[in-house]
Amino acid sequence: MLKELFAKSKKKYATVPLDREKQDVPEGIMTKCPGCKKIMYTKELLKNKKVCLHCGFHHSMSSHERIECLFDSGSFKEFDKEMISVNPLEFPDYLDKLEKDKKKAKINEAVVTGLGSINGYQVSTAIMDSNFRMGSMGSVVGEKITRAIERAGELKIPFIIFTASGGARMQEGVLSLMQMAKTSAALKMFSNEGGLIVSMMTHPTTGGVSASFASLGDINLAEPGALIGFAGRRIIEQTIHEELPEDFQTAEFLMKHGQLDAVVKRTELKETLTTILKIHAPGGEWS
Amino acid sequence: MIYELEFERPITDLRNKIKELKTITKDADVDLTVEIATLENRLEKLEVDIYDHLKPWDRVQIARHPARPTTLDYIPLLFNDFIEFHGDRYYGDDEAIVAGIAQFNGRAVTVIGHQRGKDTKENIRRNFGMPHPEGYRKALRLMKQAEKFNRPIICFIDTKGAFPGKAAEERGQSEAIAKNLFEMAGLKVPIISIVIGEGGSGGALALGVGDRIFMLENSTYSVISPEGAAALLWKDASQAKRAAETMKITAPDLNRLGVIDEIIPEVKGGAHRNANAQAEAIKEILKRSFNELLPLNGEDLINQRYMKFKKIGEYEFANQPKEAKQHS
Repeated sequence: MLKELFAKSKKKYATVPLDREKQDVPEGIMTKCPGCKKIMYTKELLKNKKVCLHCGFHHSMSSHERIECLFDSGSFKEFDKEMISVNPLEFPDYLDKLEKDKKKAKINEAVVTGLGSINGYQVSTAIMDSNFRMGSMGSVVGEKITRAIERAGELKIPFIIFTASGGARMQEGVLSLMQMAKTSAALKMFSNEGGLIVSMMTHPTTGGVSASFASLGDINLAEPGALIGFAGRRIIEQTIHEELPEDFQTAEFLMKHGQLDAVVKRTELKETLTTILKIHAPGGEWS
Repeated sequence: MIYELEFERPITDLRNKIKELKTITKDADVDLTVEIATLENRLEKLEVDIYDHLKPWDRVQIARHPARPTTLDYIPLLFNDFIEFHGDRYYGDDEAIVAGIAQFNGRAVTVIGHQRGKDTKENIRRNFGMPHPEGYRKALRLMKQAEKFNRPIICFIDTKGAFPGKAAEERGQSEAIAKNLFEMAGLKVPIISIVIGEGGSGGALALGVGDRIFMLENSTYSVISPEGAAALLWKDASQAKRAAETMKITAPDLNRLGVIDEIIPEVKGGAHRNANAQAEAIKEILKRSFNELLPLNGEDLINQRYMKFKKIGEYEFANQPKEAKQHS
């Protein structure tokens, strides 16, 4: 009798919550943090620049959210908004995929470029958006970034790039590869004129983007926890038959190995950039 | 004996049959001269048919042929007095890239190239021609040295790609490649890059920001290997043949896309069949390029190099008619 009583209170099976129930958070109002699994008000998360209030996890940001939270209100002016990709290799389904992402991400390509002010300091900027084709770089991304660098040169203002990209865009083949050379060459021309380049690497910055402009800042910064690297983790594991450390290719890992100037929290970014811009502003140099 | 590639098998088969008939004619008392002549005629046609209509995957096989001439094979055929220099001065010497100084036609040059091995032992030493950051940093060090002494630079591209490894990431593979792209764009001396085998991704491009970019007829140049593309696009590496076609990686493809300046024709069947003749073809194009580039001063070279890369890419504007489409 007694035995039975105890047995009854024990579950004879485990309940597996449905996927939908698992993330049973009212869409939009609440957000669950992938870092600490805690649930919080989306509004509060947004107010904190999408940095988790509990664990500091940096949620991914669209290009427009980034503009919103970094540039002085109303100061951002977009360029080349209408530049769109074609299908130079006649790659199957490429144009359809582009159309889908244009609707989903509400942008025409994987980078937004323009002029904006940070606490009054005007800069030319390029902000990549991983919501569009994983932020991959094809002809349009390369050309828009190149133009943004040239614009910085013409106006003699700093160039700040925010990277978020899986690398070169497969569907444009070698033309994507060549965008690495094009953007790097543009940075060299700009640098020769004394222009300031700041690279802010966000999650993820890999492949051809990491191996070109992302690494070419006078100052290379990264967001906490961002994945940054040349080759993919799986490919490396398969090549060297070795398990990689958990923090491999994170911003902190790169910092430890001397590849970054600083890891900067998004909540402190505006202040950090302002200081950098102030120190590089005309008049501050020794003559 | 050079090993035969799969697409060449019909040629080999026919050649063997002719040999057989010739032996029979000689040994037995039968006259097969007419048959032999017919077959030889057919062989000639077959060779033209196969070698003049190579498919992308055939070219990939030729580009990867174990006997295909490498940087170190071409150097003695093209240059005099080559001395190899080692090390990046920071970490080590990467044997996946060879570099040094030499003379071309009586003038000083700096020569840099990827170097794969000819056998397993050498391949291990040279890491199958897949450089680490120190390889790219050695290349850059010697490019800067070339600039100081006003020597043109010749780069041979022949790599599957930069090495994907833990140490490579720790030492800044991305930064090493990026820095080469950046610095090459600003060098005041002529740079000629020639893809001689496989041109794999950023690891190839890091020697490829040149005033002239040439490809041997059967070399390839791509953002990712056909196997990698197949795995990524169709989750199936065995679709590499299809990827080789879709990704447009052959010399004729790149010429059409406006990425390279010219195709250097190869000897029939591929460079491995006659390295001397292949070197002669390269020599001619080097001479011509130097004649064009040497009169330019540093600033002109840099500006023209920038414009060359600036125009690569295709795009259009959503709010403009189709004619606005940019062509490289």
